[in-house]
Amino acid sequence: MALFKKGSAAPSNVDTTANAAATPEKHQPWKELGLKEDEYARIREILGRRPTSAELAMYSVMWSEHCSYKSSKIYLRQFGEKVTDAMREHLMVGMGENAGVVDIGEGWAVTFKVESHNHPSYIEPFQGAATGVGGIVRDILTMGARPIAVMDQLRFGDVSHPDTARVVHGVVSGISFYGNCLGLPNIGGETVFDKVYQGNPLVNALSVGALRHEDLKLAKASNPGDQVILFGARTGADGIGGVSVLASETFDADGPSRRPAVQVGDPFAEKVLIECCLELYAAGVVAGIQDLGGAGLSCATSELASNGQAGMRVQLRNVLLRDESLTPEEILMSESQERMMAIVPKRDVAAFTAIVDKWEVEHSVLGEVIREPRLYINWGDEEIVNVPPRTVAHDGPVYERPVAYPAWIDALNADSSARLPRAVDAAALAEQIVEVVSSPNQASKNWITNQYDHYVGGNTALAMPDDGGMVRVSEETGLGISIATDANGRYGQLDPYAGAQLALAEAYRNVAVTGATPMAVTNCLNFGSPENPEVMWQFKQATAGLADGCLALGIPVTGGNVSFYNQTGDVAIHPTPVVGVLGVIDDVARRIPSGWQDEGHNIYLLGTTRDELDGSVWAGVIHDHLGGKPPVVDLAFELSLASALNAASEQGLIASAHDLSEGGLAQALVESVLRFGVGARVWLDEIKQVGGIDDTAALFSESTGRVLVSVGREDDVKFVGLCEARGIPVLRIGVTDGRAVLGGSAGSPSGGTASGDGTDARLEIQGVASWSLTELAGVHGGTLAELFG
Amino acid sequence: MRIGVVTFPGTLDDRDAQRAVRLAGGEPVALWHADTDLHKVDAVVLPGGFSFGDYLRCGAIAAQAPVMESIIKAAGGGLPVLGICNGFQVLVESHLLPGGLIRNDVQTFVCRDQKLIVENVDTAWTNEFTLGQEITIPLKNGEGGYIADAETLKRLEGEGLVAFRYKDFNPNGSMNDIAGLRNERGNVVGLMPHPEHAVEPGFGPDTSAAMRSGVDGLGFFKSVLNSVVNA
Repeated sequence: MALFKKGSAAPSNVDTTANAAATPEKHQPWKELGLKEDEYARIREILGRRPTSAELAMYSVMWSEHCSYKSSKIYLRQFGEKVTDAMREHLMVGMGENAGVVDIGEGWAVTFKVESHNHPSYIEPFQGAATGVGGIVRDILTMGARPIAVMDQLRFGDVSHPDTARVVHGVVSGISFYGNCLGLPNIGGETVFDKVYQGNPLVNALSVGALRHEDLKLAKASNPGDQVILFGARTGADGIGGVSVLASETFDADGPSRRPAVQVGDPFAEKVLIECCLELYAAGVVAGIQDLGGAGLSCATSELASNGQAGMRVQLRNVLLRDESLTPEEILMSESQERMMAIVPKRDVAAFTAIVDKWEVEHSVLGEVIREPRLYINWGDEEIVNVPPRTVAHDGPVYERPVAYPAWIDALNADSSARLPRAVDAAALAEQIVEVVSSPNQASKNWITNQYDHYVGGNTALAMPDDGGMVRVSEETGLGISIATDANGRYGQLDPYAGAQLALAEAYRNVAVTGATPMAVTNCLNFGSPENPEVMWQFKQATAGLADGCLALGIPVTGGNVSFYNQTGDVAIHPTPVVGVLGVIDDVARRIPSGWQDEGHNIYLLGTTRDELDGSVWAGVIHDHLGGKPPVVDLAFELSLASALNAASEQGLIASAHDLSEGGLAQALVESVLRFGVGARVWLDEIKQVGGIDDTAALFSESTGRVLVSVGREDDVKFVGLCEARGIPVLRIGVTDGRAVLGGSAGSPSGGTASGDGTDARLEIQGVASWSLTELAGVHGGTLAELFG
Repeated sequence: MRIGVVTFPGTLDDRDAQRAVRLAGGEPVALWHADTDLHKVDAVVLPGGFSFGDYLRCGAIAAQAPVMESIIKAAGGGLPVLGICNGFQVLVESHLLPGGLIRNDVQTFVCRDQKLIVENVDTAWTNEFTLGQEITIPLKNGEGGYIADAETLKRLEGEGLVAFRYKDFNPNGSMNDIAGLRNERGNVVGLMPHPEHAVEPGFGPDTSAAMRSGVDGLGFFKSVLNSVVNA
């Protein structure tokens, strides 16, 4: 038997549609593939017979949570419903496509999205993170855009856990390896350590791309006769994982072994693919395009056909393979990276071929688009798939999962930080400040960001550690974009509705402080198991909070991603809705840095400081406490604050602006002096008086809607007038004073070590403490290198 | 003044190098790895990136590209050639400059604003600087550790062929703090740091004057324009 298997064009054990019709009773491993009994029954009903093993593989993966959003769909709809016409005004492509597209003026558009690669990054951190970057960049490329930057949002377990270093090193070097080799500047991100992520690290990756309006591409195949071309890397046994069950079912013992679940990335192949695709777009030879990510060919073929309201005939034997032993089911499922599928009109195939040949990118014609809305896939002469593409790609199951108010949350909310002891004297306060700013989550992330290229492209106007990343889009006019992402899982745990809004408010504010105008939102919703009704309640609350928040701020959600099942046993991660806000700035030359550059400037605190320490860094770092209610969100105020910052930036009134968030004023002061090595004298009296609060609240409260601004003396009157006219509370709390020469300022890309050449300055918080900047650079800059370097 | 900028598959900083040429007052000309024609350029820049994925050895495959045949030949005739980062690796693999570049001693990719001392100003790419001048330009590489055997090192130092040295901090374990080299004739220069990322105010390294205002890299491209005019 085995003797004849290899040579024959179509092995006899391929499960054809004819065979499926003839053997209705054959048992199929639908359960092992993650399908529910009623879902399997529905597939049989759609097809009027049992599915072939290839069809079963396609439906199972396309109807999985990851691809179908079956648990989240009913909640995600509100992102498209809670919108006004004004919010749609600049939206060229909304949710549902590979990434949303926003008109930023001057004929330019940008597309951006954040996506998770959490589970693979725990199993194999290096490749998991690397292919996470690769996947999101292909989504951006698919829209017709040149990718122009990446960011990453990382959550790791406790720094003291023995497994954390494995994940940190793998993930950071994976992002460094892949992103640097792609030539995309990494302009920012987040890194948080918390034991709740121990067995479930979160690796979210964001990419943004720019395109001219007319270059917009969509993933659809609508013209009969157009050729279906697969190009890029060859198809191998990557990411097949669960589908191996079919192989072991279909084949005898001498068949292929179980396949790996994790994909392996080749950034060089992707870089070449990017340039190749951009040249194909410029030549106008691509009618539709889709990247191959999750669910590989199953997804690309069914989505292209379904989106185009057409069908497709595909010869699977034409797929170029890295591994000749792959079964048809495995070829359909393979998640080999760096592949794209193009829909090319017949007359353009020669031009298409010339371009891919120039880039030495392999391609093969798999088939063609047909009018009939049906997807036919053959393996040689045998038909193995014959399905309506829409039923695979878009008409998957939709669940209304049970929702339950968490039994534990009232007790958690009642356990306020008010009971925690506060520092009684200046020395204790000073010690707490040092403890906070040197804690792993608050310390400088230089050890990580120094491994990423933020220069490539020559258009980076702001990057870490500034509040938002900023990239120039037009070299002629200076038009550019700014992006910030945020999420605070601790707030999310206390109140997921507020937690999502707090993330939104902070990202919005972080974009505003760069001088840009916030325009659009993307999100990556990281949660536990949707089968847990309490997790589902968290999800429901978070999505409602985000949708309501976007409506209040007047900026639309353009796309995003949901990652469920981030839990170990019954213990879920904190709800971690990562929110990314995109802003536009007419000229990046007017961008605002986050730190002080000049001596003798006045320092103003905008906004109101209340005694809000529940869920704060202070409560966590000093007291290992999480309880109470997160800070109050006032989105109407955030709007006025952003508009005031924008006006001040346009009038050139502010020299720097830094958002206050985790770690409060204390954290912002330390970051501001270290950014460029300019010291300051600061007093807390007015903050305490106006807010009726004590030193601890003044220094560590995480009240929202606050920004630290430095203003040259000549602009003082104008600036204060501008704030007062807009009803923005403004307090002068200090002056910048003295300049240190740090070994490249501690916050800057050059590292956090003082050069020790004798020039120094100080941060003095009157009545509390005074440090030299060299000293602060040491405590703030050294933590991560000590832990992981 | 036509300055060629070569693109290999995997080159990343070609557009940046073209911009640098433009800002210095030259005319950038795109050169393609598979094309032996140098299109009558007056000088060539081999930009940074990961040519051919850095597979085999950084720069090793690119050194065999058709365009390199022409460049090696023209360099022998005096054509100014600048290799930046991966371009430096290509020059070393092409034996236009001696030694080798290995994995950084810290074992990670390093991106930082790097201080350099200009050690030699008698080259096509450094004549705008003064001897001993301190400049700051970005450095970003994973395999930038310069190595050579003792004899070669001795010759490099003895003949004044070290063009740049790292100052204050050696980021990658390079022998003798060597950041860049020149050839005997002075037309070929290679270095790991990236002058093309320090040419435009607002997008360069931080300076004490203002954020991202460093333009020390412009000197490289102005130098070659001088040398071409004077040639």
